[in-house]
Amino acid sequence: MSAAPEHAPTMAQLPLMQRLAPWMPVLLIPVLIVLGFLAIPSSTSWLTLTVSGLAMGMMIFIMASGLTLVFGLMDVINFGHGAFVSVGAFVGVSVLLLLGQMTSAPSLALNLAALMVAVFGAMAATGVMGWAFEKVIVEPVYGHHLKQILVTMGGLIVVEQLIIVLWGPEEIYIARPEALKGAVTFAGAAIEKYRLVAVGIGLVVFLAMRWVLRHTKIGLIVRAGVENGEMVQALGYRLRLVFVGVFIAGSALAGLGGVMWGLYQEVITAHMGNQAMILIFIVVIIGGLGSVEGCFIGALLVGLMQNYVAFLEPKAALISNIGLMVAILMWRPMGMIPVVKAK
Amino acid sequence: MSDPILKLEGVYTNIAQYHILQGVDLEVPRGAVTMLLGRNGVGKTTTLRTIIGHWRAHEGRILLDGEDITRLPTPAIARAGVGFVPEDMGIFADLTVEENMRLAAVSGPIDPARLDWVFSAFPPLKTFWKSEAGNLSGGQKQMLSIARAMIEERRLYLIDEPTKGLAPAIISTMARALRDLKDQGASILLVEQNFSVARALGDGANVMDDGRMVWSGEMKQLATDAELQERLMGLSMEAH
Repeated sequence: MSAAPEHAPTMAQLPLMQRLAPWMPVLLIPVLIVLGFLAIPSSTSWLTLTVSGLAMGMMIFIMASGLTLVFGLMDVINFGHGAFVSVGAFVGVSVLLLLGQMTSAPSLALNLAALMVAVFGAMAATGVMGWAFEKVIVEPVYGHHLKQILVTMGGLIVVEQLIIVLWGPEEIYIARPEALKGAVTFAGAAIEKYRLVAVGIGLVVFLAMRWVLRHTKIGLIVRAGVENGEMVQALGYRLRLVFVGVFIAGSALAGLGGVMWGLYQEVITAHMGNQAMILIFIVVIIGGLGSVEGCFIGALLVGLMQNYVAFLEPKAALISNIGLMVAILMWRPMGMIPVVKAK
Repeated sequence: MSDPILKLEGVYTNIAQYHILQGVDLEVPRGAVTMLLGRNGVGKTTTLRTIIGHWRAHEGRILLDGEDITRLPTPAIARAGVGFVPEDMGIFADLTVEENMRLAAVSGPIDPARLDWVFSAFPPLKTFWKSEAGNLSGGQKQMLSIARAMIEERRLYLIDEPTKGLAPAIISTMARALRDLKDQGASILLVEQNFSVARALGDGANVMDDGRMVWSGEMKQLATDAELQERLMGLSMEAH
């Protein structure tokens, strides 16, 4: 065995600003909340809007998280991701309608049980659909971005038309489960119960994803694969299989997001996924392509910005998130938490 | 002499319209360090990348212990026991040193005795075990890159320019670690531009030019024949 080397290992102490740099994106959330507090005249309105913004952000995160990993891992741009949102919403709502007796009963346990069944049904359907979508539509166009955009958009259109064939062209209005209707009052502010549930589910999904990515071997492979897929394969891991697994999981999460988004808006249409894609893409881009943490922070910023601006200046709501994206990309052109790509 | 651990027979590799390897023949003996030498751009890195499967051989055969691995995907080649240290080190900058090593231990948890051996070869890795690999210095990153290959026993190690751009003290550490590996009976195919390292470690030597193998023999012979070095590589080792 070798002797110790002559050189002593050292690691330079970084300047304060450089050490703070990784935390800057996280700090943007409280900064935006404080700015909202200063701009909104009523503190109760501010509290309602903040919870609403966080709930919206959580749902966008759930829908977007799969897309960012799919892009990061295999450099695949999936414009068809919105199809899973729509299908998830339709399958979930269909299950909820079937379980009408459970959802209309004034029992939180029964309501949540029905919601769980609907969520699992939606996730199973979109997971299977994700597997087929990857096999039929995405696999033939690996490495060709332009073809990926065209073919996945085509896939989205086909799925939207299939939804119209199966469920009809009309919007479907839905009622939330009985116990999730209405609002609770906190510090004088009315906060919708459903939004609190959405915040809770979003947090659980984020923490679970983070735990899997940080503490399991498969998570390590995914994180390493986002950075340098070629090297992961040279270590002996079949990245293609991992990618298919991530694609299926991402599709299932989009399905979950679809159910929650549908219940949030209380109406579903075949095009709802397509419409949500604008926000999803903004979140994925400002977060940093391939970064789950960046996606989470970006989603919360987008949700808060949308709610605050819609209250203060409704006409500006549509462009507020585009403005947010422009500002963040001017600050960090690769997104808030850029993934270091090896190639 | 026993059968070689690795054998390339007339391997051609094209990258886009470029014909990089043009009929490479190579034998890597078991339990020895085989140097792959030559000027920049003659196909050394392409040879290693073709063996590991990153690029496909269009013609010819690659045999690992007699088994044809030419058409196998990269993960299967790696799992057959080929450890690869690429020229760009290929470390995962966002992962900690520990996570990089855990990932490299493909067959299960890290063997503590083996890890101690790796730490003895590369002490900085123990110091920065919980640090993100992206924060390491260039030399420490190279140590991590080689340590990842060493953390499990492999049938063959493909190592591409491990001393490139490193300070002399770090080069000594690298050379000692590779000698440790060699002393354990490892079979190594090593691309190296630092001739003093090549001379110290190499048993056999193969020199490439224009995508072909132009000379194969003992490292000792090449190291002592300035005229041969001049003819094959356009320079003399004495300059180093």
